[in-house]
Amino acid sequence: MSASIVDTATNSADEKAFRKPGIRYNPNRVAHNLNKLGLGYFSPFARLIGRDEPAKQVREILTNTLLPVVAFAVFILIWSVLASIVKTDSVQIPSPHQSWYALTGKAIPLLGHPFPDSVDGHSKPYFAENEGLDPKSINGFAAAEKANAQKYYVSQNERVQKFKDRATAAEKEGDSEKAEKYRGNAEMFASKTYQGNKTFYDQIWISLLTILIGFVIATLIAIPIGVLCGISPLFNVAVNPLIQLFKPVSPLAWFPIVFVLTTWGIDTPPSDSIWQRALWTSAGVVMLCSLWPTLINTAVGVASVDRDHLNVAKVLKLGWFKRIWKIVLPASLPLIFTGLRLSIGVGWMVLIAADMMAQNQGLGKFVWDMYQNGDTMSTAQIIVAVFVIGGIGFFLDRIMLVFQRLVTFEDQSI
Amino acid sequence: MSAYFEAINLGKTYKTPSGDAVIVDGFELTMKKGEFVCVLGHSGCGKSTVLSMVAGLNEISTGSVILDGTEIEAASPDRGVVFQSPCLLPWMTTWDNVMLGVNQVYYHASKQERNQIVEYYLTVVGLADAMKKRPGELSAGMRQRVGLARAFALSPKMLLLDEPFGMLDKLTKFELQQVLLDLWNRERLTAMMITHDVDEAIYLADRVVMMTNGPAARVGEIVEIDFERPRDRRELMLDPRYIEYRKQLISFLEERVYLLDSPSNKTLAA
Repeated sequence: MSASIVDTATNSADEKAFRKPGIRYNPNRVAHNLNKLGLGYFSPFARLIGRDEPAKQVREILTNTLLPVVAFAVFILIWSVLASIVKTDSVQIPSPHQSWYALTGKAIPLLGHPFPDSVDGHSKPYFAENEGLDPKSINGFAAAEKANAQKYYVSQNERVQKFKDRATAAEKEGDSEKAEKYRGNAEMFASKTYQGNKTFYDQIWISLLTILIGFVIATLIAIPIGVLCGISPLFNVAVNPLIQLFKPVSPLAWFPIVFVLTTWGIDTPPSDSIWQRALWTSAGVVMLCSLWPTLINTAVGVASVDRDHLNVAKVLKLGWFKRIWKIVLPASLPLIFTGLRLSIGVGWMVLIAADMMAQNQGLGKFVWDMYQNGDTMSTAQIIVAVFVIGGIGFFLDRIMLVFQRLVTFEDQSI
Repeated sequence: MSAYFEAINLGKTYKTPSGDAVIVDGFELTMKKGEFVCVLGHSGCGKSTVLSMVAGLNEISTGSVILDGTEIEAASPDRGVVFQSPCLLPWMTTWDNVMLGVNQVYYHASKQERNQIVEYYLTVVGLADAMKKRPGELSAGMRQRVGLARAFALSPKMLLLDEPFGMLDKLTKFELQQVLLDLWNRERLTAMMITHDVDEAIYLADRVVMMTNGPAARVGEIVEIDFERPRDRRELMLDPRYIEYRKQLISFLEERVYLLDSPSNKTLAA
């Protein structure tokens, strides 16, 4: 007996009794939940585990896996061909192998070295100090930075210890003034942190932090204004022209204005503070561009709440606040989340440009720096960044999709 | 006869580009306290318009409605409405859907008392096991049970039912009519129910009000249903008066269809 997910409650009592003896694995329910979480790819696996039409599931898994793999292989092929054709004096389109090398710092065995001009010979055990990783590659650079940081902290500890020893020695001699001075020195050195270069992975985190700030501020502004637009036609008439006017503006045009704002509002903070002018400029640009989809969708959602639901509010004489909080907002949540999903997509897209302009230490800055380097290795790193940017964008979209599905009821008009 | 509810010269007119569209005109009805009236008529004749005006969800164009000595103005929980689609809020559980109204009406009561009220009505309509479920998990019949519980839990002065069982299958309909009658027998609320089901009207009502066809629909005929309560459906069916009532109601409706179709009537109505 395969219990359907939407089993009506008429026979729920029987089913409850039937299920009671132990928790049974319900492949249908698991598959349904996976779909809801945007992990639809895995639902045939869940069904397969539950022996639910195994042949069909295997077929589905094969199709879902093989087809994308084939398409990806074709893409790699076209890319390789293009890479071998498009070459200028100084750069070329990096090949897939070169891009792989730019990320990992290691050549793929049997394929030879992807940058034969930069090293002599193919089998040379290069870069012994970085576990054999090319320090110009992303991972090689990160490893080098890690090693540098370690070195820094070792020597720092030594120095701190030295001053502490001196302090105790001075104390024994009875020179408390000197001891105090040495102790102060020890403290001063202990408080310092390693100010190395940002690695690619640091920059990913900074980018995520930037979009989080921009997106949260955008949401906090857009939803209340959107709700006001939705419930008050007068407010909507008043504000709509402004929305339509500012919605299509490019992030590059907003940048100088936001820059003025942050320059006015933020003094130069210590370098480990999050109040970095560049970060907030970048977040501000993201905010200004990702505001609109949420705002407009919220307004539409609030304005189009089911009449029946509003009638319920009328009959019950719900107050203004209760009406908004209990009826209007929940009813428009699906559209609000559609807006948020669009917003985070726009925000992520804008972020790279904003990082470039503001010189925020995010992925945009990484792309910009590599572009300024201008050699093939740097271009290969840009390709890696493109994949990472795409992957993170996809991931963010999926997270929002899950939220969107969680707040959407299968049957809104009940 | 003391009139508890009174609709005086009630009318609804919509302004349209091609002049006024008179939907309801001169609707007159008085009801005693605790009376159950069914309003019967063809679909589109303006039954629901009358009900939504009484509920305060639709503006009254002419005339007035007086309930318990005061003229009604806006919608209020003193008139509990059961809608055709149950209109439950899908993001709330059954319990919360009923509690939403109870909180409004019994704001002075303690949390415990309010819980008791919600629990009582949900149990009476047979949903003791489904209190924590969301409407999406319930069948159409069960949703409408929640709708009934929600309306009765308000302890309204008057109950307004807008074809509440119109979208249900015949068997579920019978069940819910029974639930409605059981509830009504306990509380004897003054009730106005819109329906186009003749059997439903005879089974439930003290009086059946038949409306003429629109435009400008009004009360055409009123039939007193003289069965004593509590009623039993099977006994009713065997009663010779049942056939008589049925004939009376259907002939009125059929006559209207005939009149509507005849060309002379069309020119008259225009």
